[in-house]
Amino acid sequence: MAWFKKERKPRTSERVKLEIPADAWEKCDECGHIDIKDRFVRALNVCPNCGHHRRIGVQEYVDLLVDEGSWHELDLELKSADPLNFENYRERLQAAYKKAGPLDAIRTGFGRLDGMPIDLGVMDFAFMGGSMGAVVGEKIARLAGRSIAKRIPLVIVSASGGARMQEGVLSLMQMAKTSVVLAELADKGMPFISILTNPTTGGVSASYAMQGDVILAEPGAVIGFAGPRVIKQTIGQDLPEGFQTAEFLLEHGMVDMVVPRSELRDTTAQLLRHMTGSRPAEAAD
Amino acid sequence: MAIYTLDFERPLLELERQIEEIKKGGGADLSKEIGEIEAKLADLRAEIYRTLTPMQRVQVARHPRRPYTLDYLRMVFADFVELHGDRLFRDDPAMVGGWARLDGTSVMVIGHQKGRDTKENLRRNFGMAHPEGYRKALRLMMLAEKFEAPVITLVDTPGAYPGLGAEERGQAEAIARNLIEMASLRTPILTAVIGEGGSGGALAVGLADRVLMFENSVYSVISPEGCAAILWKDSSQRERAAEALKITAKDLLDLGVIDEIIPEPSGGAHTDPEAAATALGEALKRHLRQLRKLKVEKLLKRREGKYLSMGALSEK
Repeated sequence: MAWFKKERKPRTSERVKLEIPADAWEKCDECGHIDIKDRFVRALNVCPNCGHHRRIGVQEYVDLLVDEGSWHELDLELKSADPLNFENYRERLQAAYKKAGPLDAIRTGFGRLDGMPIDLGVMDFAFMGGSMGAVVGEKIARLAGRSIAKRIPLVIVSASGGARMQEGVLSLMQMAKTSVVLAELADKGMPFISILTNPTTGGVSASYAMQGDVILAEPGAVIGFAGPRVIKQTIGQDLPEGFQTAEFLLEHGMVDMVVPRSELRDTTAQLLRHMTGSRPAEAAD
Repeated sequence: MAIYTLDFERPLLELERQIEEIKKGGGADLSKEIGEIEAKLADLRAEIYRTLTPMQRVQVARHPRRPYTLDYLRMVFADFVELHGDRLFRDDPAMVGGWARLDGTSVMVIGHQKGRDTKENLRRNFGMAHPEGYRKALRLMMLAEKFEAPVITLVDTPGAYPGLGAEERGQAEAIARNLIEMASLRTPILTAVIGEGGSGGALAVGLADRVLMFENSVYSVISPEGCAAILWKDSSQRERAAEALKITAKDLLDLGVIDEIIPEPSGGAHTDPEAAATALGEALKRHLRQLRKLKVEKLLKRREGKYLSMGALSEK
């Protein structure tokens, strides 16, 4: 039956293999969509197919929210003093410094947003799960203190699993510490916009993250007091679909808006203009 | 007594049994013999309680016979009128509060409430409040502020309840709001941790001008069991976690988080609730008198200053 036998050409090595770098493509964890990395990056790490918001770093939020060239970072030298001498904590801190940088779980600074001065804090989930210990509390207290003294609006981007266990009850007290300074900020009539990203839970959600004059959330972000695993354990059954997502909180009246990352900058600027706009120009002393 | 014997109290049982037997024997006057054993019993109890490990203190703090908020309301305060509801959703029985009288003046007392038996515990959710509990507490604090009455809170909770309804109704928001409102509440706030100080659920009524703690109370960011489960994937390591977390009254005094330790009767508050109540009442009155002397502005400045100074840091 040789008449339909296709004559196979010997495989040649003529075809030059296209040099595709291994990291040129990326896959969306949510929908499995595969796309050129650059398209993910240009979409601010939001999946072009399903809109899933991937976690991005502190610098990305600073670049997103602050006018180019206007960012000045504050308090670069604060370190945890391991007050409880907690087993293995120093080693874990060293590992976190190596992995996420020397600035603990939040970076703070000031800059401009559409020309308006803002004080900005961005939490770093890569640093021990964004956990709040004394450094996070102190940086927020100083930042809000600056907002009070200079009469500048405050914006905080949260991403945290909660209080830092290794600092014990002192980490719990950071909830009180940030609350007393934010109470004063509120008293002085300066706006505070809280932006919640994935995830914002525990002691952070139960303090400053939920104390914003306006609370924005990124799509799909898990936000709550107890983490999903703890609740599952408590009630002994699976959680309903979409429980504790930003959209769920919006529906239940716990956040003002769910804002896609691409609109975060404009929305924040718009809100700040409203919240500072109707005040008469300050009289010269 | 014998129904709820903690494991480390077992040596006491033998002596108690001896006393019982002698009493049962009756006959001749054995009061001298009984007196001797009772003295031995008291010494041993004092010795055991002097050297409790942190986890043993947790057991005492959770003791099912330990006096709860409503017990102290009965023993320490007069003229209590319980108020109910958050005016938004429902009344949360895990949190109680209302007007009461202390030292001759009206105060607002608010506290977590656990149940004595299974039925009451189910109703009171083991002292774990839902958002409506914290919102009721806040409503009562604002009522106190309006009528210039001091607020006294009694803390005794495993933590804020981690359930579906609690999350749906904004557990995090309820706690966060209490904190920011308590930070600027224009009346003295005095807190006593009478049992378990369970994390955010405790702090939600515990941001105060003065915080006192009973000797065998504990106050922690996470339960020893929870901490052990996270760090060592093994909740039986709770002894180790309780040690590491520094949760005893002495630890918290050293860390500058609390202002005073209220001594308990030897053997814990549950062995002599009246004595515990007397000690609590004395401490509350003394601190309240001091706080009431301060002008509101000064009070608030101090409250802010106290919390701003909390946390250990290094800065090059």
